[in-house]
Amino acid sequence: MNGWQALDRFLRTDPRDVGCGQAMEVLHVYAELVASGEPAEERYPGIAAHLHACGPCGEDFDGLLAAIRGETH
Amino acid sequence: MPSRAGDRTVPKGLVLPAGLDAESAEWVRALAGAGRRRDAALARLHELLVRIARGEAARRGPRLAITGPELDDLAYQAAADALVAVTGKLGQFRGESRFTTWAYKFVIFEVSAKIARHFWRHPAVPLDAEQWERLPARFGADPAHQAEWGDLFAALRRAVDTELTPRQREIFVAIVLNEVPLDTLVMHLGSSRNAIYKMLFDARRKIRAALAANGYLNHDPAGRS
Repeated sequence: MNGWQALDRFLRTDPRDVGCGQAMEVLHVYAELVASGEPAEERYPGIAAHLHACGPCGEDFDGLLAAIRGETH
Repeated sequence: MPSRAGDRTVPKGLVLPAGLDAESAEWVRALAGAGRRRDAALARLHELLVRIARGEAARRGPRLAITGPELDDLAYQAAADALVAVTGKLGQFRGESRFTTWAYKFVIFEVSAKIARHFWRHPAVPLDAEQWERLPARFGADPAHQAEWGDLFAALRRAVDTELTPRQREIFVAIVLNEVPLDTLVMHLGSSRNAIYKMLFDARRKIRAALAANGYLNHDPAGRS
């Protein structure tokens, strides 16, 4: 990705983005769906949009997913 | 399992969420109970939370300037605070996931908060600095093409100065120019992650609209689309 694309991507906002509050509220539900291979993005498109755009929530999601997978494997 | 197998005693007044899996139900029964059964469950939960916190601290560690005993202390503090949060909010567990997944969420949030607090106390750059010269590199602009980016970044700076509210500008500068972690800014401003994200979201939308209105976002200045 070049600088132009990176800037363009950063500035793009997704109207489906639910924000941090709602994403944090259901992060455990979303993470379990992803861990079990369910179509989490289809079921929660607003959460998926947020996790793609929000660094801190995306980081928390990655951590939770790693925790679940570490426990189950 | 948090207690001896087969003990299905339900503490008085406890209503288990419908459809709860057996292991999660056992966690809730034990933690909502009393005496040795609860103590054993708390010890087991603490052990799990410490393991998850240490794993999460180690996962994030390579990107942080925190290592060794300091990172380990951070993990133990996160686990202790998460244990308090989980037990305090036990009545809010609705069984939408396994109990352990719900509990792990709290310890992940606590690790995030502890890391943010660390960077708030030891900022890499002053939180209110304005390092505009870093903007092209921040978006990975190739130094060989930086001259071609001059107009675009000048327009971006104009949009930041003219389109944003003072608060939006402050947040954009801190996060985008100075790379202050969003959670650290939350602590600095005494705000919430949701509020700061929403302000940055609105700032991004306004800047993009301004750049598009001035013809900057329909082409790639380096000739790429």
